[in-house]
Amino acid sequence: MTLSILIWLPLAVALLAALAPRPLIGQVSVVGSLVTLGVAISFLVRFKLGRAGLQFVTDHLWISSLGIHYKLGLDGLNVVLVLLTTILFSASLLWSAFREWDRPRSFYFHFGLAQSAVLGAFCAQDLALFVAFFDLMLIPFYFMVGMWGSGERVRATTKLVVYTLVGSFFMLAAAVATGVLSANDHQASLNFALTALRGMRLPHASQEWIFLCFAFAFLVKMPLVPFHGWLADGYKSMPIPAVAVFSGVVSKVAAYGFLRIVLPLFPYAAVHFQTLMLLIALVSIMWGTLVAFTTPDARMVVAYSSVAQLSFITLGIFSLRPTGAQGALLQMLNHGLVTAPLFFIVAALAARAGGSERLADMGGIAFRAPVLASLALIITLATLAMPGSSNFIGEFMILLGVFQTKTAISIIAFAGVVGAAVYALRLYITGFHNRTGPRVASRELALADAAVLAPIVLVILVLAFYPQFGLKRSEPSVRLAVAPAQLQSVAPGLTRKVASR
Amino acid sequence: MNILAATAPVSGPHVDWEALSPLWVLAGGGVLVLLVGLLRPRAIRHWIVPGLAVITFLCTLAAAIVVFGYHPHPHRTFASCLVAGPACVRPAPLAIDKLALELIMLFAVAGIAAVLMSWRGIAPRESGHGEFFGLLIFSVLGMGVFVSAQNLVTLFLGIEVLSIPLYILCASETRREASLESGLKYLIVGSVGSATLVYGLGLVYGATGSTDFATIGTALSQGKLAGGVLGNPMVLTGLGLVIVGFAFKASVAPFHQWTPDVYEGAPTAITAFMATATKAAAIGVFIRFFDFAAIGAQDTWAPLLATIAAITIVVGNVGALGQSSLKRMMGYSGVAQAGYMLSGVVVGTRLGIQATILYLIFYLFMNLAPFAVIVAEEHERPDGDYLSGLSGLGARRPWLAWPMTIGMLALAGIPGTVGFIGKFQLINALVSGDYTWLAIVLVIGSMISLGYYLRVVATIWMRPAVAAPVPAAAASGGGPGELAPIAGGSLEADEWEEGPGPAGVFAYPEVTFVAIAFAAATIFFGIFPQPLVHFASHAANALPGLF
Repeated sequence: MTLSILIWLPLAVALLAALAPRPLIGQVSVVGSLVTLGVAISFLVRFKLGRAGLQFVTDHLWISSLGIHYKLGLDGLNVVLVLLTTILFSASLLWSAFREWDRPRSFYFHFGLAQSAVLGAFCAQDLALFVAFFDLMLIPFYFMVGMWGSGERVRATTKLVVYTLVGSFFMLAAAVATGVLSANDHQASLNFALTALRGMRLPHASQEWIFLCFAFAFLVKMPLVPFHGWLADGYKSMPIPAVAVFSGVVSKVAAYGFLRIVLPLFPYAAVHFQTLMLLIALVSIMWGTLVAFTTPDARMVVAYSSVAQLSFITLGIFSLRPTGAQGALLQMLNHGLVTAPLFFIVAALAARAGGSERLADMGGIAFRAPVLASLALIITLATLAMPGSSNFIGEFMILLGVFQTKTAISIIAFAGVVGAAVYALRLYITGFHNRTGPRVASRELALADAAVLAPIVLVILVLAFYPQFGLKRSEPSVRLAVAPAQLQSVAPGLTRKVASR
Repeated sequence: MNILAATAPVSGPHVDWEALSPLWVLAGGGVLVLLVGLLRPRAIRHWIVPGLAVITFLCTLAAAIVVFGYHPHPHRTFASCLVAGPACVRPAPLAIDKLALELIMLFAVAGIAAVLMSWRGIAPRESGHGEFFGLLIFSVLGMGVFVSAQNLVTLFLGIEVLSIPLYILCASETRREASLESGLKYLIVGSVGSATLVYGLGLVYGATGSTDFATIGTALSQGKLAGGVLGNPMVLTGLGLVIVGFAFKASVAPFHQWTPDVYEGAPTAITAFMATATKAAAIGVFIRFFDFAAIGAQDTWAPLLATIAAITIVVGNVGALGQSSLKRMMGYSGVAQAGYMLSGVVVGTRLGIQATILYLIFYLFMNLAPFAVIVAEEHERPDGDYLSGLSGLGARRPWLAWPMTIGMLALAGIPGTVGFIGKFQLINALVSGDYTWLAIVLVIGSMISLGYYLRVVATIWMRPAVAAPVPAAAASGGGPGELAPIAGGSLEADEWEEGPGPAGVFAYPEVTFVAIAFAAATIFFGIFPQPLVHFASHAANALPGLF
């Protein structure tokens, strides 16, 4: 079984579901997503530990005259993220299937396309292919916000797409330049496969501008402050299942891009701009935490907590140390697993508070919904990185990695950990406890929502006891990915010698 | 002896009829369509004439493919001579090489689409079926001559044969003022362009002493000119005027002002034809003239052309932002896209030409699908051309909404469509040719273009449908008596169309077919571009002396 099956299955299912009679479309999609999840698990089971290189490689020459390969593969960097993607998409589709949607055929089609594109971006081992999937990912979300969103949806979706595509176009130019300049410098024929590009390092001056283009695209997508202009409108308007996967996995593709592409291919520039990136991440942590703490809107609390968490992840990656990068990778998994259910919980809270997502209209919901409140509590504690949770380990490793390189920055970043406790508990307390809101009509968790939330909570608990799950698989690959940049930062002379040889 | 010599058969010019077959098929087909259009029976004019036009284009396509297959050598191996001696030594006025053949195929496809789109439209009915479709074929013939010209004189001949039918076709909806205005405007602006061009060609001839491209090329590259290329005002002025003349035809800024007006006024099928085929012809000639004849003076014209390309990209994209008429928007979008393609010409490498030809083919796919949707919409509602008229199309007519959406996303350069591959290839050529700054301009232009392409998509899917306004004519209760008389109009010109015409997705299956077929091609070749990339590389190899 090849990875092609994994990444194209969701789209195939979506097309199949479009042929199904109207009441069955949602169910067909859910079953399809569970099959995809099964396929992902089968890859995870067969994944061999202790290897840094790619496994399950599919490699075809796609456009021979441009040296673009259709190359897919799994290694420690993406195997867990692929699993996360299939879990969250299954959960979101399940959540959607219990609800009525306008034009369901288009809705589930866009969902399937989104999943295929995200899986493709994670599995792609060719620079051009990655860029293609990265851009393609956006299109279904454009339609999902614009057609099924709430409020000023057309404005929100236009903003979302223009912001992210502007980044993507810079990345497209940078990606082509990477291929062409590498080939010219080394008198080789054009080849966009990442493994080939790794062997043909670019001169420093080119690395710098190419790095900035990639970083811009990724920072907009995550987003980090000050590139977050689209976030408030976009997240506010997105339908709940879409925002769950967007925040859960789509934003991770950008963080993953740093590890997969930027650090191995542009190590000099990564070291050159390390402080800049760390400072951006630091500012972004502070900003995200402060806004999450002050916003009156429950959904925005989760949205800005994502900003803070993704800033932590960036911090870990740009520690340029294996510890930090591994922490970042673990945190990607952890954050995906908490942010998606938090959006579902916000939706559940809103449903009990007369449809309003304002924190002021909520409160007192726990009295009549103890099960919902307990599930939410577990997720909240994981969000604030309670010792004992996997999130704690992730953040600890990130800070440890930064501590090894830039001590001052890591000390300031510790404040962000405290901040997480403040906003996460604020969301929980004002939502579930406090005085009962004026229009609150609380009721117990519906079975449908329980079916979505309970499995995710179970995974969170398992990870809390067994965080090595992600770490063990990722370690060799992370070391390999970080090695060039680490070497560059520790001994810049040495790499130059290696590169010139 | 003298008597013998006198009675010996006079050896006429050797003509390679086989290689010329795409062109004479067009000429013959055009005459045939024109004559059959004179027959009285209505069915003949309504069905046989457009059918014959389609068959003519199909035969052209077939002939081009056959000739294409005969000559597998990458370089131009033969020239079909109309006036040169029996051995067919150069200079020959026409070269039916792979570049020309590929472009002729492209024109034929655009021609078929134009025939299908205008089949049951107002334009052929008002100006006569035979004339309308005949002129369309002659225009393609002109394009064929234009892009295969190897000589300044044939070049000019080609541009006139292609332009004059278009002036008439633009004005072929004789009762609509906008159409007449568009024809007149195109005639005036086009004539200015032609005049500029012929002046420039004259100066180039004066400076180099030859009308043959190859000889001009040698003269420019070997420094035979007094004072070198840069120090020779005659050749500099000549090249400048030639650029201006071509720029008018390709609607390259700052010579693009006529484009939106003419595109808006002309019958939509003709707009689509001009947007794709005429543009391809003009860009093809840019390649032929600058990357072959004037390649020796590349240092002279490349900076100028690069600047023009950059200006065109910005002007076209910014201009399109505020448009409410789709045809005007497509006009400005076409200006921007001409800028993208021109940047491939600037590079002057094989890679650049390959990228340009590839983009031309892709551009055909990306444009014909939206234009077909506009035609279909115009059949149904008077405001079919307006962006606001598209609102709710996704719910109303998904079979039209999807082609439009795919076309727009492709023009914006989204992966999974040909637009992405085309831009990728162009950026690749620009970076390889040390024009990274132009690649950045191209990228910035694409960003601006998101503003208007996405607006169309948003209108289709995310705005609620508005009730179609009652067609103006039906509202006024007009009848045949109110139609203005047309001088020399066709037999059907005065017949009144009953009601607003049939409604529904498949009321005009041929138009829907064009939309779906080209949208499907947009996606298919976006995923499997290799055959077309390979195909385009033949054209690039047809030009000798390039890297």
